[in-house]
Amino acid sequence: MANEVQLRVNDTMRTVTAAPDTPLLYVLTDDLALQGPRFGCGLGQCGCCSVLLDGVEVRSCITPLSRVVGKSVTTLEGLPAYYAARKKLSRVPDLHPLQEALVAEQAVQCGYCYNGQIIKGAELLFKTPLPTDEQIRTAMNGHICRCGTYPRIMAAIQRAAKAMTTTNTASTGAPAARPVRGGAEAAEEVSRA
Amino acid sequence: MREHEKHDIGGVPIVDRREFLRISGAVVVGIGVSNIAAAQAPAAALQRGLVSGPPDPALIDSYLAVHSNNKASIYLGYVDLGQGGPTALCQIAADELDLDFDQVSIVRNDTFTCTNGFTAASRTAGIGGMETRVAAAEARRVLLGLASQRLNAPVQELTVAKGVVSVKGTPQRSVAYGELLGDKPFNRKFEPVRYDARGAAIARTNPDVATFKPPSEYKVVGTRVPRPDMLDKVRGTYQFMQHVRVPGMLHGRVVWPQGQVAGAVSPPKVISIDESSIKDIPGVRIVRRQNFVGVVAEREWDAVRASRQLKVTWDAFPAVFPGHDGVHDSFRKATTRDIDVFNSGDAAATFSQPGLRVASATYQGPYEAHGTMAPNCALADIKADSATVMSSSQSLFQIRDTVAQLTSLPPDKVRVQYYPGSNTYGLSCYTDVAEAAAIMSHEIGKPVRVQLSRQDEFGWDNYGPAHLAEMRGAVDANGKLVAFEYQAWGYDGNGVGTASRLLALGLSQGGGRGGAGGTGQRGGGAGNVAQGGGLVGGLYQIRISQNDMYDVPNRRLIEHRVDGRGYLKLGPLRAPLDPPYFFAQEGMIDELAFLAKLDPWEFRKRNMSDPRWLGVLEAAANAAKWTPRLAASKLSSARIVTGRGIAIGTHHLQPNQGDRITYAAAVVEVEVNKGNGLVIAKHVYGAMDCGLAINPGIVESQIVGMSVHGTSLALKEELQFNQTNVTSLDWNSYQTLRFGEHPAVTPIVVQRLNEKSTGAGEEVLPAVVAAIGNAFFDATGVRLRQFPLTPRRVLAALKSASADRSA
Repeated sequence: MANEVQLRVNDTMRTVTAAPDTPLLYVLTDDLALQGPRFGCGLGQCGCCSVLLDGVEVRSCITPLSRVVGKSVTTLEGLPAYYAARKKLSRVPDLHPLQEALVAEQAVQCGYCYNGQIIKGAELLFKTPLPTDEQIRTAMNGHICRCGTYPRIMAAIQRAAKAMTTTNTASTGAPAARPVRGGAEAAEEVSRA
Repeated sequence: MREHEKHDIGGVPIVDRREFLRISGAVVVGIGVSNIAAAQAPAAALQRGLVSGPPDPALIDSYLAVHSNNKASIYLGYVDLGQGGPTALCQIAADELDLDFDQVSIVRNDTFTCTNGFTAASRTAGIGGMETRVAAAEARRVLLGLASQRLNAPVQELTVAKGVVSVKGTPQRSVAYGELLGDKPFNRKFEPVRYDARGAAIARTNPDVATFKPPSEYKVVGTRVPRPDMLDKVRGTYQFMQHVRVPGMLHGRVVWPQGQVAGAVSPPKVISIDESSIKDIPGVRIVRRQNFVGVVAEREWDAVRASRQLKVTWDAFPAVFPGHDGVHDSFRKATTRDIDVFNSGDAAATFSQPGLRVASATYQGPYEAHGTMAPNCALADIKADSATVMSSSQSLFQIRDTVAQLTSLPPDKVRVQYYPGSNTYGLSCYTDVAEAAAIMSHEIGKPVRVQLSRQDEFGWDNYGPAHLAEMRGAVDANGKLVAFEYQAWGYDGNGVGTASRLLALGLSQGGGRGGAGGTGQRGGGAGNVAQGGGLVGGLYQIRISQNDMYDVPNRRLIEHRVDGRGYLKLGPLRAPLDPPYFFAQEGMIDELAFLAKLDPWEFRKRNMSDPRWLGVLEAAANAAKWTPRLAASKLSSARIVTGRGIAIGTHHLQPNQGDRITYAAAVVEVEVNKGNGLVIAKHVYGAMDCGLAINPGIVESQIVGMSVHGTSLALKEELQFNQTNVTSLDWNSYQTLRFGEHPAVTPIVVQRLNEKSTGAGEEVLPAVVAAIGNAFFDATGVRLRQFPLTPRRVLAALKSASADRSA
């Protein structure tokens, strides 16, 4: 039976009325009108529906609503803010560095799987700031791309990793984050080399 | 409904589009709207008037509009399938109109606003590009005429930049397009480029046509303009069909048999529906029309659960499919209708001539699925006197007609709007789902959004067909090809249109030609199963050695057409049938090179004369630092061995479309693990000559995608099915190349500024599949003539070869 459930999505408490076995995906798309997570298989096989649950990538299409109560859900829409919070940036960038890098690499074709590619890639970069090729291949292996853009996603993850570690900011050549200036924030300044 | 008023000015019939002025400014397809309510907004339609199309192809206003803000919108019926085609069209329009790229955008495709384009078969750049160029050049001519009057200067003294016309030498005498015509119609007719039934351009007869810019004056065409859809796609604000919601709608799910059954032999029949099986899900309604069963609910999860839970008893499915392992044998044993597609010289007699080296072999390819990332989705709102359907179809006007038929509405009362789905690469289930939504909305009287499940999409796809080839080839002592014979087995469409129609209309045996008969993608029309151009023939007849691929004096192509009943549904799938044809042809060419004791690239060079084929081969070979040697001349006894292969490829077109051919070649380096049978493609070098590459960056991204997709076809993809049903229903039972398995890719665009632009989304694919087959031989000395090269097949082939050697 449907009940009122409170859940934290992109750092905001939301109340929805849904049965506790409802997969999180349908709550995010139908009740909260989010466009990041999207239906791909309903089986947890492809990664189109991925979200971060307390920072860990999960498949929202097979995650019942009851499992996320008390936890924090981050969708693609909330990723730049989540990134800023994790990196203690004073301002929220327009895009996560991986999003910028994907544009810089002109990686996207149809783009349907990119929600999951970005969520998973961002999770990897939080855990492993400078991943090797093999680490990228292993981490990303559960995310299918039928347009065949894997080589460019790989290049974008490397580009984002480099940008995040060398300048501690995103300097990927894509539309830039808003610069922040002064004091401790200077380290986060966007450099447009 | 708007009225047309005809006027006549200077002998040119014009149409007054009253609603033209309503909204100005560009609307960018797929990007502008991101919120859910916007799905309803007919902004683009209002701009040009809400009238059922397609509009008059001889009117400039049918193709483009210039707005008062000095921007232009184009209304061509080519949709973005994720491959960037519309970006290229905007580049063409920008150059012909002397606008910057960001001053041009494409409106969302809609049967009430756009021309009747068919986004398939590499038509966007070739045919759509020409339509854009012609209309934009005519528009520029009108604008310059108006500017000449306004500035009181002859046209030849005018110059244009960024849509601002000025008098040469006195730039202060200037006027912007927007001031000349902003949001008013051109009202000008011209002679459009027309195409005959087979798709070849017909020469224009009216000498009074606008001239095109010469390539030397291109500023935007030929450059790497970034795709404008990318930012929204990484942000998550790009609106896919799957995102569209409208007020008052219900969520619908279909309840089809799990996995396609032989509908052409016996359409699935519902024996009973146990309504009590879903009684614990409140508010769900069952929708039934004959054997079409669906469920609708206000909450999506309720519809999903109900569709899984609803107990439908089907009449027994006929056990007639040959199964995935038996399909090639069944082709070979079938009674066939044989067609001599091509016969020049006397191949049969040549093979018995003395002094020639002759090879013969049988090659096989599997059924493949489109495997869209997103199962198809559609939304239909069928009212008593009109209908709106939102769909990801490659041809909106086909959806319009099929929905009109299902709902008994006149076609011009059905409006179909395009919303992008994920990759489709041909006839995935977008028609089936649009029809399902229409049937459900028609029955329920509310808007219904239907999302297919992963199992629906895999199980009821229009598959790329299995292929069987028997070939013979002969070379002389100089390594010259003297004869080549190719016998192909396959079948026409098999009498099943879409799943929805099959079930809802109770189609019986032979009730319609397959989902993709010779006319492309029309499903369910009248037709005789055993006749008519099917996928194997018709559109795709032109194969081996055509288009000056190889110079072979004696060559023959015979098709053996099997009756399609008892087989799976077919449909065009990216470079339809080209992967198995090239896997076979280029495998055989490699076998002949080996017989002739020649390096595979050298052998091809010796038997080709067309500089464009030679050009792509050289581009790929040079990128791969190819050094000449005989294939399989560096065999190793190590467990993991390496090899390289080379092959050419294209997307075959009809005989008189030779000028639309794209040339492609690939070199692939592979690693073969002889212990576990695993083949890994390490690096793909893909080269493509698509004439003038309008956007080399997008062409490169297509080469990257095709290299990965081709690797997936060569190594992984194979549809599984038994005697009654398709059993590949998810990403485990239908294997595709994973992130961890992808090759490095080096894309090479052979830019030819003075050649016609041709397609760029299909041609490298078959070359990659074939090159992987050839690389496997180079690595192991064993020829594997069936793809995909799965571990099971590899181990069996290595074992059998080793048994042969020791015998």
